[in-house]
This record gives sequence, structure tokens and C-alpha cells, in this order.
Amino acid sequence: MEDRKSYFFTTELCVGYEKTPVVTDITVSLERGEILTLIGPNGAGKSTLLKSIAGQLQPLGGVICLDQRNLSQISREECARQMSVLLTDRLQAELMTCEEVVETGRYPYTGRFGLLSADDHRIVDEAMELVRVSELKDRLFAQISDGQRQRVLLARAIAQEPELLILDEPTSYLDVRYKLEFLSILQKLCRCKKMAVILSLHELELARRVSDKMLCIRENRVYRFGTPEEIFGQGEMTALFDIRTGSYDEQTDGLELEAPDGAPQVFVIAGNGSGREVYRRLQRQGVPFATGILSANDLDAPIARALAAEVIWTPAFEPVDEKCLTQAKKMIDCCQTVICARDSFGSLEQANRELYMYAQTAGKTVET
Amino acid sequence: MEQRRRTHARQIAAFAALGAGVVVFLLLNIGIGSVSISPAELLACVSGRPVSDTVYGIVWNIRLPRTIVVWILGGALALAGYLLQTFFHNPIAGPFVLGISSGAKLTVSLVMVFLLGNTAGISSALLIVTAFAGAMLVTGFVLLAARRVHQMSMLVVCGVMIGYICSAITDFVVTFADDADIVNLHNWSRGSFSGMAWANLPVMAVVVAVVSVLVFLLAKPMGAYLLGESYAQNLGVNVRALRVWLILLSSVLSACVVAYAGPISFVGIAVPQLIKYLFRSNRPILMIPACFLGGSVFCLLCDLIARTMFAPTELSISTVTAVFGAPVVLWVMMRRRREA
Repeated sequence: MEDRKSYFFTTELCVGYEKTPVVTDITVSLERGEILTLIGPNGAGKSTLLKSIAGQLQPLGGVICLDQRNLSQISREECARQMSVLLTDRLQAELMTCEEVVETGRYPYTGRFGLLSADDHRIVDEAMELVRVSELKDRLFAQISDGQRQRVLLARAIAQEPELLILDEPTSYLDVRYKLEFLSILQKLCRCKKMAVILSLHELELARRVSDKMLCIRENRVYRFGTPEEIFGQGEMTALFDIRTGSYDEQTDGLELEAPDGAPQVFVIAGNGSGREVYRRLQRQGVPFATGILSANDLDAPIARALAAEVIWTPAFEPVDEKCLTQAKKMIDCCQTVICARDSFGSLEQANRELYMYAQTAGKTVET
Repeated sequence: MEQRRRTHARQIAAFAALGAGVVVFLLLNIGIGSVSISPAELLACVSGRPVSDTVYGIVWNIRLPRTIVVWILGGALALAGYLLQTFFHNPIAGPFVLGISSGAKLTVSLVMVFLLGNTAGISSALLIVTAFAGAMLVTGFVLLAARRVHQMSMLVVCGVMIGYICSAITDFVVTFADDADIVNLHNWSRGSFSGMAWANLPVMAVVVAVVSVLVFLLAKPMGAYLLGESYAQNLGVNVRALRVWLILLSSVLSACVVAYAGPISFVGIAVPQLIKYLFRSNRPILMIPACFLGGSVFCLLCDLIARTMFAPTELSISTVTAVFGAPVVLWVMMRRRREA
């Protein structure tokens, strides 16, 4: 599967510590300007793989090639100019200002005593500008927030002017705004500077948006490698992460907690997104419920699928048939309470109106 | 930019102060004692103009060589401490707490007592080599311990214990040595700058100078190493080789100090810490020369006190360095607790 003309590729790579393999048989490739994301459960070996690619761990087998050359044949000094890292290991920066931390990125380019030229200072300034941390310049690195620290470290990695950027869970400490900003910067680096980026992420929804390629690792081996379109299908993520309680919906990236157990006690008349918050409220209260009648492409559909004990479905873009309606009425008969989440009923939604009427005449407690 | 200029100004001022401190204390150490020597008399002495025989004898044979030795070894000791702190990423590492000084003391006393029977017959170079062997031996043990314990305080405890073992054996050996040796050995094994002569100087000066220059040449990779090993590696530093160099050079420096002056406590820890906060920086390119100067000033001050405070009785140098150094260590530990 590897493309030997790719900027970066591995062939049958095996990584691990001191003869204990952690992940085996990794064959991936990446072009300049592309982002490769590693996803997989905790402890699957993502960091081990990243460390091996960064040259900090000797691979146990196979090859890593960078720009048509075997990584083991590239000198330390050259490696330092080819790739930079942002690791989960804390960077020790006693008494260093943020600017000084970014300046350490210039190390591979400075002389015997590590003094920076005017050019180096310009590159440092630009890197800080790009990541928007210029105002942190004179602050002590130890005294800024985790989120700021992560961005300063990115500036440092950029100042190293790498062709390949390796980041281990870079967004972990960031709030949602900075997560988005951080990944946008990575995209910019890829597009404008033609950098290749390899990173590990825990956020699946972000991974599928930012990645050109994804590598899923599970139980010591590659579970999937491909574009997000190829990776995200039906239940791949559930299998990859072995999700047992709750659910992850691959279509909408929606996460839901575990559905309440038991026979439905409440029937929710929903549709067009009106039911979602009702479903979640019932889930929090631990009340099993049924819902309907939902078109398979309704906004409520994925959440209903995840949380409801029973759902009365009708196929997308098809009218509700008699059989479906009867089924829904039967379900209402079994429940004490009916919650109607709809404010009014549209002209193509007469079945739900009928259910609402039915519930009232059947003497159910009807909440709206 | 403003900030940067202010930091630079501070650092230049700090260097100037340290430089001035060295000069002032050199003069004080030569001048103060049972016989006071004025700077003019000192100048006359050094430039060869006629002075009284007593003054000449005191300056030329006693105080001048001793002061120069303190100047050199004080710097060496502080530098050794800085290297160890860098190596272990541990602010309270130093040749004394890690037992390295005691190891060197042990081998030197063994050689003195068993092989040669007296101190007079031992050449400077042999002393240093012997001390180096002891220092490396203990360093080896400490490194083994460091692999197993990752807590900074535990590592220091290991070092202190190893130091105690070495000191115990040394005491044992000293107890059974010939009477004539004991007086010398006893003073030396507690740490003292007394009795330094010109003959000691050349080898010591050359060794310390060469090692210090080598250390300075390592300033750049040391700076990267301080960020953490994985970052250093990514920046192209040969971490393994650097670690070997740090250990070797710090052991040579510690060995050199022990060979002449015996084990001296706390200088190795306290001085780099003080210098770090004086300069508000931990950049090796500043720290290396600054630690050397700082160590010189610190030891010159301590030796002055040791020599003159209860004259004619002389205190052991470690007594004085501990009084000034131990509070610094406590302060460092407290600070870290607060910051963490």
C-alpha cells in the first residue's frame, strides 16, 4: 500500500521498547502538505509510534523513510532541521520567557555557542506572530496557562522550520476556541509552507475534519489507514474504541450516554430536532422511553437511535403508512405518559397530530 | 524588547559585581590575619619591591598560594555542582550530597595510608587521579540508583547514604593509620584549605582551566538538555554523549577539589542556585562563567571566616560553608514546593 515516491512513508514498521513490540506492521505514507492523524484507544501505542518517527526510539523492525532516505541514515543535525516535535513530555523551562522557549527552536541553525542572528530573531518573531502568542513574549513560560503553553510550544516547533511536524495530543489542554485555532494553524502550515504534519488526537470529530489521512491503531496493530471518508463508516469507531457504554454516532459525531434500561414508560412525539433535549432529559432521569414517528433522516433520528428503547420509524422521504401509525398507537397504549415535543404540526406531519389526539382520548398524561 | 534590555543590564551588572567580589575578597583574604597586609604591601610583594621578611613570608608562602587555591577550587566546586544539577534535572544535586566527594575522599585516604604511608610523597597528579577514581565509583552507584528511583529527594537520600558509607570507611582507615599521618589526614578529611603551597598549584590550575573551557564549549547542548531529554534529542543533541561528558567533567572537578582540600559541603548546591536567581536565568552560557566566579567569591568568604573568626584556631571549611549553604538549600526546596 505504501507509495515509495511519497515524502514520508513507513514499510512494515514495528515500534516498541527494548524488544517488546507495541505496534507492528505499520505501512503508511504521507505527502508534503498533508496531515496524518493517529487515533486509537489510550495505550494503543500512538505516542510510541510518534517517538519512533521522531527518531527518539529505535524501530524494532521495518523502515521509516523521509524524503526518499531511510531515517536511520540521516544525521542527528539534519534530522533536527527536517522535523520538530511537540510532545506530551513537559518541556522544562526554568526561568525562561516564552520568547526564549521559542528561540530554542533555532538551535539546529546556530553556531558553537547557540547565539541567534538577526535572521533567527525574525523567524522567531514570525512564528510567534503566526500562532498569536507575541504578547506572551516576556512572560515566564512556567507562569502561563496550559493552553498558552501549548501554543508557545507550537511556535517553537514552527521556528525550527521543519518539513515534518510531529505532535502528540497537542489539543488536549486547549479549550474549544483554541482547539479550532490550533488546528487551523496546522492547516495553514500545510497549505502555505507545505509542511507534512503527523499528530495524535483524541477528538474524533476534529480528527475527521483536519486529517488528509488517518491511521487507526488498536491492539498492537493498524486497524485502518486511509482518508476520513474511508475510515468513518458504520460503527468503525465503536469497534476501534470498543465503546460499550453509550454511543458515538459516526454520521453526526454525536456522543450519547448509555440508554436507560427497561420497557418504555414514556412516549415522546418528536421530530425536526424538537425531541433531542427531551430524550436527553429522560436519559438523565433514567426513564426508558419510546419515540416516533420519526423519518429516518430526521434531526432527532441519531439521538433517538442512541437513547430510545423503541423508535417508530418511517423511511426517509416516504409518507407515514397505516401500519406504522397502528404500531405507534400500540406503543402509546403501553406507556403512562406521552410527551409531545412539537409546538404545532406541519401539513406533512398529520400522523403525529393523530397520535397526539389519540393519547388525549386514551386518557394518558400528556405533557407538552 | 524593553524587558530584554533590562535583563541584559541586570546580567552585566551581576557579572561586574561577581568580578569585583573576586578582586575584593582576594585582597581581603591576603590582607586579613594575625598580621595585616595592606594592598600596597601586597603589590610590593608581588612586583618584587623590597618588603620586610615577615610580610614577604606570610604573603608569598602562606596567604597568596592559599587564596589562589581557594579561588580556583571554589569555582571548580560550584561548576561541578551546576553540571550535576543539569545532569539530574535536580536543583539540590551536588558533589557533596550525592556522595561523590566522600567517594573521592575514601580512595585518596586509602592510597595515602596503605600505598604511601605519608602525604608528602604523593604527587598532585596522582592525587587527582585517585580522587577521580573514587568520584567515578560513587557516581556509578548514584547512576544505578537514579535508574531505579525517579524522585528527586530519593536520589539525594541515596547519595547521602553512599556518602556516609564512604566516610565511615575513611574514618576506619584513618583510625588505624600511623600517628604521623593522622593529623594531616584528619584535617584534610574534614575539608580545609590550610597548608596550600605553590607546588600544588600548576597541576590543579591546568586541570581546572581545561575542564572549565570544555564545560563552556558544552554550553549550547546543555541549554537544549535543560529543556528535557526528548526535546534535546529532537534538536539534534547527542544526549547520551552529553550525559557522559557532564558526568566525566563534573567528576574531574569534584576530584580535583577533594584531592587538595578534602570534601567541602554545600558550595556545589548553593552557589548555582544563588547565581540562577541573581541572573534570573538558567542559560548555561551565562551560568557556567557566573557559577565559577560565584563559587570563588563564596569560598573566599567562607575561608576568610574559617581562618580568622576564632584565630588562631581554624574552623574546617565545611563548617562555614554549611552555615551559609544549608539555608540556601532549604530556601530552594521551599520555593519549589510553593511553585509546584
